[in-house]
Amino acid sequence: MNITKLGITAVTLAAIGALTLSGCAGGGAAPASTPNPGAIISTNGSEPQNPLIPTTTTETGGGKIVNSIFAGLVYYDAKGATVNDVADAITTDDNTTYTIKIKPGLTFSDGQSLTSSSFVDAWQYGALLSNAQLGSSFFSDIAGYSVEKDSPLTGLTVVDDTTFTVALTAPLADFPERLGYAAFYPLPASAFADMASFGESPIGNGPYMLDGAKAWKHNEKIDLVVNPAYDGGRKPKNGGLSIRFYANEGAAYSDLLANNLDVLDSIPDSAYGTYQSDLGDRVVNQPAAIFQAVTIPERLPHFSGEEGTLRRRALSMAINREEITKVIFSGTRTPASDFTSPVVDGWSDTLKGADVLEFNAKAAKKLWAQADAISPWTGTFQIAYNADGGHQGWVDAASNSIKNTLGIDASGAPTPTFAQARTAIADRSIQTAFRSGWQADYPSLYNFLQPSYATKAGSNDGEYSNPEFDALLAKGSAESDLTAANGDFQKAQEILLQDLPAIPLWYANVTGGVGLDVHGVVFGWDSVPLFNEITKG
Amino acid sequence: MTGYIFRRILQAIPVFMGTTFLIYFMVFAMPGDPIVALFGDKTPNPAVVAQLRAQYHLDQPFIVQYLIYLGGIFRGDFGLSFSGEPVTAILARTFPVTARLAILALLFETFFGILVGLISGLRKGKLFDASSLAVSLVLISLPIFVIAFVGQYVFGVWLGWARTTVGSGAPLQDLILPALVLASVSFAQIVRLTRASVIETSGLDFVRTAYSKGLSSRRVIPVHILRNSLIPVVTYLATDFGVLLVGATITEGIFNVPGVGNTLYQAIIRGEGPTVVSFVTVMVLIYLVVNILVDLFYGLLDPRIRYVK
Repeated sequence: MNITKLGITAVTLAAIGALTLSGCAGGGAAPASTPNPGAIISTNGSEPQNPLIPTTTTETGGGKIVNSIFAGLVYYDAKGATVNDVADAITTDDNTTYTIKIKPGLTFSDGQSLTSSSFVDAWQYGALLSNAQLGSSFFSDIAGYSVEKDSPLTGLTVVDDTTFTVALTAPLADFPERLGYAAFYPLPASAFADMASFGESPIGNGPYMLDGAKAWKHNEKIDLVVNPAYDGGRKPKNGGLSIRFYANEGAAYSDLLANNLDVLDSIPDSAYGTYQSDLGDRVVNQPAAIFQAVTIPERLPHFSGEEGTLRRRALSMAINREEITKVIFSGTRTPASDFTSPVVDGWSDTLKGADVLEFNAKAAKKLWAQADAISPWTGTFQIAYNADGGHQGWVDAASNSIKNTLGIDASGAPTPTFAQARTAIADRSIQTAFRSGWQADYPSLYNFLQPSYATKAGSNDGEYSNPEFDALLAKGSAESDLTAANGDFQKAQEILLQDLPAIPLWYANVTGGVGLDVHGVVFGWDSVPLFNEITKG
Repeated sequence: MTGYIFRRILQAIPVFMGTTFLIYFMVFAMPGDPIVALFGDKTPNPAVVAQLRAQYHLDQPFIVQYLIYLGGIFRGDFGLSFSGEPVTAILARTFPVTARLAILALLFETFFGILVGLISGLRKGKLFDASSLAVSLVLISLPIFVIAFVGQYVFGVWLGWARTTVGSGAPLQDLILPALVLASVSFAQIVRLTRASVIETSGLDFVRTAYSKGLSSRRVIPVHILRNSLIPVVTYLATDFGVLLVGATITEGIFNVPGVGNTLYQAIIRGEGPTVVSFVTVMVLIYLVVNILVDLFYGLLDPRIRYVK
């Protein structure tokens, strides 16, 4: 809804811009008072696109709810570190077979018992092809998984009520870190009898539970209350959550300004110019696990081999990231210095070759001229993007930066919808460079690198392939020590910085706002507030 | 008269078939694969995609998809949304909200529009007339989202008189502000219409006759002038009600009204065929009914209009 977003800008700036200052300065610092433990925290969300079944919830609208009403084997704390939740211990000798012990005596919110079968059955259900679960690929490393036909996960074995084992097809050092993702949540036995009605009013084992069977009011909101059966590390300090669905972020922002909303997890781009003066100290601005880039497939003319590498490096140095993040994004992005994100363990801004990510007009021109010596450049350099996602501003700015630095024609190539852009990228029919992004599923360097750049990996849309890089990833996965693994992954990134299969641009920050009297709002590594920590009153 | 109504209803059938076919075709022809988009930035597993396509009949040729859909409609089955909810349930939930909003807006614009228009018409050229002209010109020329944002900011955020967005269940007091916004543009139109019509009627012979008979203006204005001036206004109101009933996407979006326009917009963005087509189908039905009613209104208001065979 670009027109309305444009509208906010026009209105706030032109028509009543003057009111903004006087209208909102009244907030100030909230008075210190004892928080009300029964307070319901209202927050923004969006209508879940799929039933509330963890294995088919892959988008943020449903994810916010599912993560609140389910507890996995582990959870991620504010720093992105993995902490045992349902799990008592996760052990392995060879990074290939894991033995998982869960805490005894746990139950779901309706009293059904939570045993190792609750996990094994849920994973089997999620991985089975004919169940068409959107998150099924999360099980692809477990023995028995098949993308071609229905096949049970033979790698899962129930030992007793509190123990099960997982056999993987290859060593994976970061497997325990993945287990906090929604696809790995347990399901109660009752779910399998009628999955359709379960998806409408799920029974979970998490910090919160649905406030009655009809708590999900479609397109309006979902009400959650504290689940008394939960006794893990995410025990809520408030009485519940009311997640309101907004079709447009502008409406949620207006509600925050009018103090009708307690927590807003994203500032609409239309308010970038005013949010700091609107909210003052009620702004939360943290880096997030979102990496944004421009992918230039090897198969495009002029972008293969030696010539391609020179051109990619030239383009990278021709983009003034510092200026674009400041002017277009008002500081809600941080210029990238690698291919991951500052919120994951092992991130570094001192990788060898990271200077290719700095704006350097002279070096860029020189590299471009060297490429022209191999084969002269013709045509226009285009960056494809979906016009329904607010990308035009930065694409135009980056194109201009390239145009002015290299003296070539550069422009954006919008497609109307996200679906259309993704279809063209997925079937490889796209004939230009395209914007790409990666939001990590779990906080690990590997999750940023493997899916996007490993040979034939699921989301390797640029079809990049470098055996050296693949070998370093495999080596890192097999390390028993996280620091050693991260060392390998950093070396792997140095190869990427040389080849630039995608040109890193910036990390998205999570920029949110909190209402008056609301405290303790900290965003997790996944850009969602840690709701259980929030207090009000 | 009955024959006329019967013929109009018969005419509505091909219109209904034609529009559903067109809309279904347009959704079908929308670029991009909605199932692929469900996976976000991840590359989907082809087998899961095939499974989901089959589930929503997206693997069938267009005409088969359309016939499956049409067959469902006649059995009262409008299909499922991607989140697994029957589209009939979505319709039943959103239309009452939009209807409430539409009726409220219609009441506002009728009352204020006719009142201001009447006074302007009777005091042609005076200060009241001039200022109402200025206000209505401003309202007509401003895009509705500007009015909506200013209204939301001034009354919701700044003064705190109204809620900034509509809460769950869309209670009536929350709908007042969006209804006023929706009413504002039509209000200006009604003021202009009523004013012109009142001026025209005031100069007609029968009004002069009424005055010269010695009737007081208290009697002439409502009975002779206003009643005869209302024919164009009522026509306008009836069509406007149809427009309001099918939802105001922009206003509903800004105030987060869980109504037809908002839901339809999201369904279009997601490429949810069954939801989009069913909503538009119901909208077409409303339009057809309202249009028949408007035509019948003419006959009631102006006895000179007759529907003969």
